[in-house]
Order: sequence, then structure tokens, then C-alpha cells
Amino acid sequence: MTNTKPLLKIRDLQIDGISDETRSRIINKVSLDLYPGEVLGLIGESGAGKSTLGLAGMGFTRDGCEIVGGSIEFDGIDLVNSPLEKRRRLLGSRIAYVAQSAAASFNPSHKIMYQHTEAPVFHRKFSRIDAETDAINLYRRLRLPQPEMIGFRYPHQLSGGQLQRAMTAMAMSCRPDLIIFDEPTTALDVTTQIEVLSAIRDIVEQFSTAAIYITHDLAVVAQMADRIKVLLRGDEVEENTTRSMLKSPRESYTKSLWAVRSFERKQKPPAKTGATPVISLKNVTAAYAKNDPVVRDVSFDIHAGRTVAVVGESGSGKSTTARCITGLLPPLTGSISFDGTALPPDYRQRSNEQLRQMQMIYQMADTALNPRKKIGEIIGRPVEFYLGLTGREKRQRVEELLAQIELEPTEFIDRYPAEISGGQKQRIGIARALAAEPKFIICDEVTSALDQLVAEGILRLLTDLQDKMQLSFMLITHDLSTVRAIADEVVVMKDGIVVESGPKNDMFTPPHHAYTDLLLSSVPNMDPDWLDNLLASRGADNIGDAAIEKMNKN
Amino acid sequence: MGILSIIIKRLGLGVLTLFLVSIIIFLAVNMLPGDFAQALLGQAATPEAVAAIRADLGLDRPIANRYFDWLVGAARGDFGTSFAQANFSAYVGENSSSNYGSVATQLAPRFANTVFLASVTAVIAIPISLAIGILAALYRYSIFDRVANVSTLTSISSPEFFVAYILILVLAVLNPLLPSLSNIFDGMSFAERLEKTLLPALTLTLVVTAHMMRMTRAAIINLLASPYIEMARLKGLSPFRVIVVHALPNALAPIINVVALNLAYLITGVVVVEVVFVYPGIGQLFVDSVKIRDIPVVQACCMVFASAYILLNLLADIMAILSNPRLRIPK
Repeated sequence: MTNTKPLLKIRDLQIDGISDETRSRIINKVSLDLYPGEVLGLIGESGAGKSTLGLAGMGFTRDGCEIVGGSIEFDGIDLVNSPLEKRRRLLGSRIAYVAQSAAASFNPSHKIMYQHTEAPVFHRKFSRIDAETDAINLYRRLRLPQPEMIGFRYPHQLSGGQLQRAMTAMAMSCRPDLIIFDEPTTALDVTTQIEVLSAIRDIVEQFSTAAIYITHDLAVVAQMADRIKVLLRGDEVEENTTRSMLKSPRESYTKSLWAVRSFERKQKPPAKTGATPVISLKNVTAAYAKNDPVVRDVSFDIHAGRTVAVVGESGSGKSTTARCITGLLPPLTGSISFDGTALPPDYRQRSNEQLRQMQMIYQMADTALNPRKKIGEIIGRPVEFYLGLTGREKRQRVEELLAQIELEPTEFIDRYPAEISGGQKQRIGIARALAAEPKFIICDEVTSALDQLVAEGILRLLTDLQDKMQLSFMLITHDLSTVRAIADEVVVMKDGIVVESGPKNDMFTPPHHAYTDLLLSSVPNMDPDWLDNLLASRGADNIGDAAIEKMNKN
Repeated sequence: MGILSIIIKRLGLGVLTLFLVSIIIFLAVNMLPGDFAQALLGQAATPEAVAAIRADLGLDRPIANRYFDWLVGAARGDFGTSFAQANFSAYVGENSSSNYGSVATQLAPRFANTVFLASVTAVIAIPISLAIGILAALYRYSIFDRVANVSTLTSISSPEFFVAYILILVLAVLNPLLPSLSNIFDGMSFAERLEKTLLPALTLTLVVTAHMMRMTRAAIINLLASPYIEMARLKGLSPFRVIVVHALPNALAPIINVVALNLAYLITGVVVVEVVFVYPGIGQLFVDSVKIRDIPVVQACCMVFASAYILLNLLADIMAILSNPRLRIPK
């Protein structure tokens, strides 16, 4: 490989971001070489500059970004200084892009096929007829259902996983030499992700296309890339072949990324038989529209000081169950009791005391905090509302709470949410829930919007708080590594039904329910041969949507 | 919800709106000082003459009865007879119930003229506004964009009669290209009509362009940060294609709404321009009727205006639904 010329050559690239007249460096002297047919993985946390670097590989910068130094060469063409027209001729035809959210990146106004054939027709690579025939072939290769028909639908008629594969097909439409994949599976469920991953890898191998694969997920990049480059706030940390990088990361930052996945708390002994659960659901059925229940006959208990993880993919009814518990969505049938007494189904009929005992932490800390209130006011509000503290007592309590979530009280109490980081915002969300001094907290995907290192910190904080205060958690998540890290019991949901429930250790050891098995087997792990082995052992027909379809038929 | 059920629901609401509008207008005109008899007779009115005319027209009856009579008639499609006509017929001794002076026969040709003027204006103004809006979005922050914005804003900010006289000065007086009077009558050929209508239509074009053009520009620019626009750019498409093929179809809903509002304005709000060009449209009839408290005509005009608003807005909503595949084609 080293004796051929690199396809993409980036040298000492510097990119600045400009907002409100302040400049900040987004990419700081990064160089890379990509050879024909090679896949380079770019990993790093949010703000590392992965996407900016990936787009720079196309000679493209987003509005507000500016290349201030260095060079980008694609197949001998200078992408920094060439005229716009010349660079534009490369885009779509020789360099293609696959975006993070296919649902947002397909134009809702045009059919998939029109968008697929647009680039080849515009760049005069193929006629429309040829491009359509080729599209159908690609759809078949990517295992899309009804390949002859699917292109003639509008984007909203396809599922997320199907759209992501259709977008990969669209990127191949001109048979480019290089494709930039920008977190193509981050927004997908695990069982869908694996299908898209295998589809992408197949097609990249078959056409020996070079690719830059951007992701924050190490296990994913391990399956996809020949080499990995680690970025941290615009700087290159290190680069190595995938296997050496996984075996022996050199830099301490890389090692810390690797280590995150090792956090796991021991499962607590099961609650004594006969103990009254803090929360108990009995045969709960709930619906948004009449005669179309979203959760059916759901029953489970949550005991004091324990964490029950409710696991499932999007649309499985996890969040609806939480809405039933909080009383936002009164169930059609079934009952919910707290400490042995039945709760009124509607939150408006619950007493202040009942409301206080049950708090919630949200997925998007960003949108769950009022941007116009200071941290002290955000946490102080429930302190005053539920406990009736005011003035100095209230402030003292807020300071205690801040100390509990490991933030320096005097430093944070007068700040606005915009002035703190994502992880800190999530900690404020936790403090706000704690302020009511509840027994039970619902954690709705609390770590899924956070980088892995930060997420780990949040999980550790939650377990510490649980041990100190005997809190019970209902942990809603789709991420099985989070489950492994802090759950005591697991409830697996699919299509509104509980398919399996039990202690964590039983969950993670076979035999499983078929769906649990599919979920577990779909979580990538750090072994670069994992995907090959899985495909070899199961066959392409037994992963992802195809497997679920089979399961539903049985 | 299907389009048909939306249409039915909205038409039902539209009828309700018309009913409320008719009550409000009826009450409002009655609350104005004076009535038709006083307005007609002026300062020389003797109480006897006023009372005679009132009795003739039924103005001496209680307001509720009069409204109810009107409502029953209107429900059957009979908008009655204009007071002026009725009074004239009574004076010359004809039967006041004859069809000769009904509001409908009086209104119909005026309304047709107004629709003609609005159509000519729309045919000129809509393509121009869309084109300028698209180009302004394409070359945003350029000289073209600024000139387009400033000039359209200037024309919308100037009083209509001022714009009208400037156009008369430039296109009729200094360069005698178009007639300055738009006296339209029956039996004119289409070409003649068009020529007479062109100057008021151009005036109105200058008045409505700014609104539509700015909405087109804003709706498109609003979408330029969306991921699918970035995707289109990353396919190497030309900027013009990105805007026309990828941004415009998704910007149609707000644009259609503004176009509908402006069309409604063209039907209901063009009195000043009609006066300047002596154009025999519905606006002038309306103002004259209010002046002499000719309630049947005022009522009928208001029903026409309100219907125009309701139908054009309904049309806009239906077109917005049809322009959006997510609403048009269920999952």
C-alpha cells in the first residue's frame, strides 16, 4: 500500500471557527494520508473536530468555518486553492458523503430515486435510466426490502435503517473513489446498526472504495477501519493500525477512552421475598389513540435501593411506561402502586407528597433546563416548592445539593445553563431531581447524549448517590453497556410488551429470549473480528430487521 | 385527516364566519350617525320626507326584523335591492320588487372587473416576486439582494396613490405608452380591456411584490442550514439547483400563504387605486354605499370580501398540503 500514491493527502491543516467575531481553532495542524481502497477511522469526543476534518477531506467547510493554513490534496488536485467550479465537479462524483441522520439528509420533497440519480445525471456520469438500474442493484446488494420499488417512495415512508442504507447506496451512485461516513449509525438502534455496518463494509470492499469513517464509538470503528486516528479538541492524539491501536494504545487519553467500558458495578442481592416494592406496576396497558395500545400488560417491581433498567429499541414503549408511572399518561387498565399504596392514575389527582417522592432526569439536559434561570434558581425551585425552604435555608440546601453532585457550589450557583458543559448540565438535572428528596427517580436515557468519559462520570455519581440515600432508579436506556454498568435488574421490552425480565447477571448469561439474544449479540465489541465472526456464525439473514421479522412471524 | 374532510370542515367554519361578519357589519352600519334617508336628502330634509323614504324602504322597522329579513333572503341567494335603486324606482313609480335594481345585478359586473384587475396583477406580480425572491436568496447579502430589498420596501412604503401618480407621470404623460384612465365598459375586446387595466395592475404589482418577494427569500434562507441542503451541496450541485430543486419545494407552504393573503388584498383593498384610475371595481361601489348607508350593498360587498378571504386561505392550505409529500402521502 505504501508504494502507491495517497488518494487524499492533508498536511498541517488548520481550520478556525468564527462566531460573533471570536475565532477558535477547530482543527490544529492535523495531517493524514489515505490510500486507495483504505478505510481510516476518525474517533474522538464531541468537539474533537472529526466532522470538520471529514468535510475538509471534500474541500468543504461549513458556514462559519475557515481554512487558515495547510493543504488538502485529492488525487493531485489542490482542494484549498482550486477554483470552486473545479472542486464542485469532484463532489458527489469522486468524493461522496454519508451523513449522520439520513432522515434529515434526504430531501423530504423528492423521492429517494430522484435524489439517488441526481448526482450521476448532473455530473453526466450515467444517464437517468442507467443510474436507476444501478440504484436497484445497489438496493438489492444492501439488502433493502423490495429493491425495485423502494426507490420510488418518499423518505418519510422508509425506516431510519432503510434510509441510512439508501444513503450509502446514493453515495455509491457515481462510484466515487472516496466516501466520507459521518457517524452513519449513531442515530440507529443496535439491531439496525449492525445491518447498516455490514452493508457499508460490504459495499466499500466490493468496489474497493476508500473511506473516512467518523464515529465516537470505538467498537464500531474497530469493525470498519484499517487504521484509526484519535482526535482531541482539534489535535491529533495518535494514529495506528486498528489492531495495534486496540491492543496497545500509546497515549493516556486513548487509554482512558478504552478504559471507560470497563466500569461495572456488582449486582445487588435480590430484595427479600415479601418486601414491599417502592414502585410496582401491575398489568399496565396504555394508549395515546383509542384501540391502539402502545404498552400492553406491563408488570414489574422496583425495590428500594435498586436500579431496574428498562431496555428496548425505539418504539418499544419504554418512555410510555415512564409516562404512566409519573401520571402524565393515565393507563387504560392496570395499576401502579408506590410503597404498597395505589397511586391515582392522573398526576393531577396525586398529592404533593406523592409527586415529591417521584422525580425524573431527562435525556437532553440542554432542553430540560430553563436557559433564563440561574443554576441556583433551577435547583432552588423544587427545594422551595416541596420542602418550603426560603432565604438562607434554601441557599444552604442548594449548596449542599451542588456539593453532592460534585460541583463547587460557590462557582456554579450563579451561572446560567449556557455557561456550563453538557456533563455539568446533566449533573444539574440530577441535583434538581434530588432537591425534592425523592425515593424514586426515573432516568430517561440520561447518558445517551453525552460523550463516553462524561457518561461514565454520571453513572458513577448515580450509583454513589443510590448507595448513600437508598434511592431506587428506573433506568430507561437502549444502551446495553449502561445496563451492564449499573443495573441490578433488567426488563426487556419489545413492541410494548415485556419479553424478558430478571436479575442482570441472568440477563447477560444464556439462555436468553430470542429477542434479548438478538439485542445482546448486536452490540459491537472491541474485537476487530467481531462483525466477521457474527456474520459467519449467524448469516446476513439473521441480523437486524430481517431477524426481527422472522421472530415476529414465529 | 383526509383533504376532503378538511375542506368540508373549513367550508362549514367559513359559513359560520360569514354569518358573524354579516351581523357585525349590519350593526356597525346602523351605528353610524344618520341613515340612507338623511344621507340622500341632505340639509334640505324635512322630517316628513325623511319619514316617507324610511317607510318606503322599511327603515322604520326594528333592526332585528330588518336583519332577519336580510338573512332569510341572503340564505336563498337574494341579497335584496339597493336602497338607491329602490328609492329611485319608487320615485318613478315602478314596482320596487322588480329585478331591475337588485344588488346582485349591480354587484356582478363590478366584481368581475375587480377579479380581472386582481388576475392581471397576480399574473405579473407572482412570477416577478418569486423570481426576485429566489435570486435574492441565491445572491444573499450581495448588491442585487440589497437593491431588491430596498426598492420593494420603498414601493410598499409609499402611499398607493403616490405610486399610481408616479406611474401615470412616467408611463402616460412623459412617455404616452398606456392610458391613464381605466374606464372599462361592456363590449370591449380583451386586448382593449388589458391595455386599460395595465397601469392600475402595475401599480398594484409594486404594492404587493415586496411582501411576497421577502417571504420567498426568507423561507428559502431559513432552510439553507438544513442537513438535506448540505447534502445537496456535497453532491456538487450548482447553487441555483440547490435552491430551486432542494430548498424551494420545502419553502412553498409559507410562500403560498403570503400569496393568498396578497390576492385577498387585491380583491378587497384596492379602493384607492380604483379611484385614481377611475376603474369601475367593487371597492369604489363599497365606499359609495357606506357613504349613503346603503345597507344591502354594503352587506353584499362584505360577504364577497369575507368569502374571498376564506376561500383563498382554504385554497392556500390545500395547496400547502399538496406541496408536502409527508401530508399528501401517508406512511
